[in-house]
Amino acid sequence: MPVAETVADNVAITCRNLRKVFVLRNTRSMKESIVWLAKGRKGDLSKRFDALKDISLDVAQGETVALLGLNGSGKSTLLKLISGVLQPDAGTVRTRGRVAGLIEVGAGFHHDLSGRDNVYLNGAILGMTEKQIDTMFDSIVEFSEIGEFIDTEVKFYSSGMYLKLAFSIAVHTDPEVFLIDEILAVGDEPFQRKCIKKIKELAAAGKTLFVVSHDLDLVSTVCERGVLLEHGKVVMDGEVHAVVKELRRRSEPA
Amino acid sequence: MPAVKSELTTPGAGRGLLDVYSNRFLLKLLVRKEIKVRYRGSVLGLLWSYVKPLMQFMIYFVALGIFLNLQKATPNYAIYLFSGIVLVNFFTETLGNATRSIVDNRDLIRKIYLPRELFPVSTVWVSAAHFLPQVVILVGASLIVGWQPSIYQLLAAVAAFIIVAILGMGLGLLFGAVNVYFRDSENIVDMILMVVTWASPVLYLWTMARDALGSWFFLYQANPMTVAVEIFHWAFWYPTLGADQIGLVELPPNLIALWLPVSLLVSLAVLFAGQLVFRRLAVHFAQEL
Repeated sequence: MPVAETVADNVAITCRNLRKVFVLRNTRSMKESIVWLAKGRKGDLSKRFDALKDISLDVAQGETVALLGLNGSGKSTLLKLISGVLQPDAGTVRTRGRVAGLIEVGAGFHHDLSGRDNVYLNGAILGMTEKQIDTMFDSIVEFSEIGEFIDTEVKFYSSGMYLKLAFSIAVHTDPEVFLIDEILAVGDEPFQRKCIKKIKELAAAGKTLFVVSHDLDLVSTVCERGVLLEHGKVVMDGEVHAVVKELRRRSEPA
Repeated sequence: MPAVKSELTTPGAGRGLLDVYSNRFLLKLLVRKEIKVRYRGSVLGLLWSYVKPLMQFMIYFVALGIFLNLQKATPNYAIYLFSGIVLVNFFTETLGNATRSIVDNRDLIRKIYLPRELFPVSTVWVSAAHFLPQVVILVGASLIVGWQPSIYQLLAAVAAFIIVAILGMGLGLLFGAVNVYFRDSENIVDMILMVVTWASPVLYLWTMARDALGSWFFLYQANPMTVAVEIFHWAFWYPTLGADQIGLVELPPNLIALWLPVSLLVSLAVLFAGQLVFRRLAVHFAQEL
């Protein structure tokens, strides 16, 4: 995919020639290493796997982009590079403004703390300040429909309540760029509708959305642009419906 | 479209310990979480932080002080012992937990970018919160036997605490980062913690080490833990001695003028090295965990 060398002023995410290699070690014990050395270093102790090869991509502010592809195409890896969890082996990635990931909701939850404590802890983990959480708190609780259970330890929550609270915190973090991995819809149907409405509100408010999902119908309603990844390469970049169609065509059994 | 005037930044490029300072609020919450979680569901709660060291102290006191009769040679042996033990406990807890902190928080580190230094640093604060009750017991016991410290002795004790905190944080960063790649790190740390009680004059007198080591004694003194323990003796145990006992006690020479600044420098060097290694290794934490 040809991408301009220069970076526009309104760009929110810019990736240039990104490469990410994972080294999969088979073993790490001294015994096996010595055996391997004694055998004259036959075979490899580790396997290399190119998760991303030469990705260049620009996302403008306010754009809603769906990252599509089959399992193992490198979608989540790209998201992790953008969020800073992983560092690229080559190339550059840069972002403008605060980036927050709705990546795996509830990663920062602690089971032995109350809902209230977890709102503060998770909010802070997602980059909110104390003041922001204070002002958002009521809104977070209201959106999550947790109500009076907010002071109960979250280990007593049902899995639905848990996800609702976690999602509610995440959408209230108010960053400029949202990275969303497979959690567009959590909980029961009414709550799912609420989530999607909220995401659409964010998009309408000019937030940049970068969404990974296998729910192709859903992403086509939320996003305008689609980027198709295959084996760590961008194979198509364009209007979301066209990209979804291409993905469906490619994944059909030949 | 909102015009965001902020600059383009590289995600995940941390500034090390400086980032911890700018994330003070999160640090505070992480520390509070650890303290809350430790005694969850227990009736005595934080009281355990008082009971456990008291028990440890009593065992040493009865077994070593009375059975082995070390009390005869060292007046107020109980205070002598306890002032060293509290520092060693603080160090042990800091280093032990900091070493495990990265691996224990792998779920978070794999999914969300945070300054990873937050986790080892928060363990230092948690240990300090458990160190405080022990100091309360130490001060109480010292007062019972007539403790009258000077302001310099108290200031020196604070300095000794800071030295141990820096040392624990530095080694914690180092071993915590290495532990991600080689879980052997935990076992090495367990060994260090075993040695640390005996590498400083906690249970015996510093003069015994001096007499045995001869010209190598300076190496023993170069250990910041040793200096910190000696300073605690000077601050808590020494001022409890009567006029007739004080003449029999020998203090390490140049403790404040020379060894205090030296041990501070050694600790800072360890912290610097720990941070350096941590930053190099932290880049690949998420994929190695």
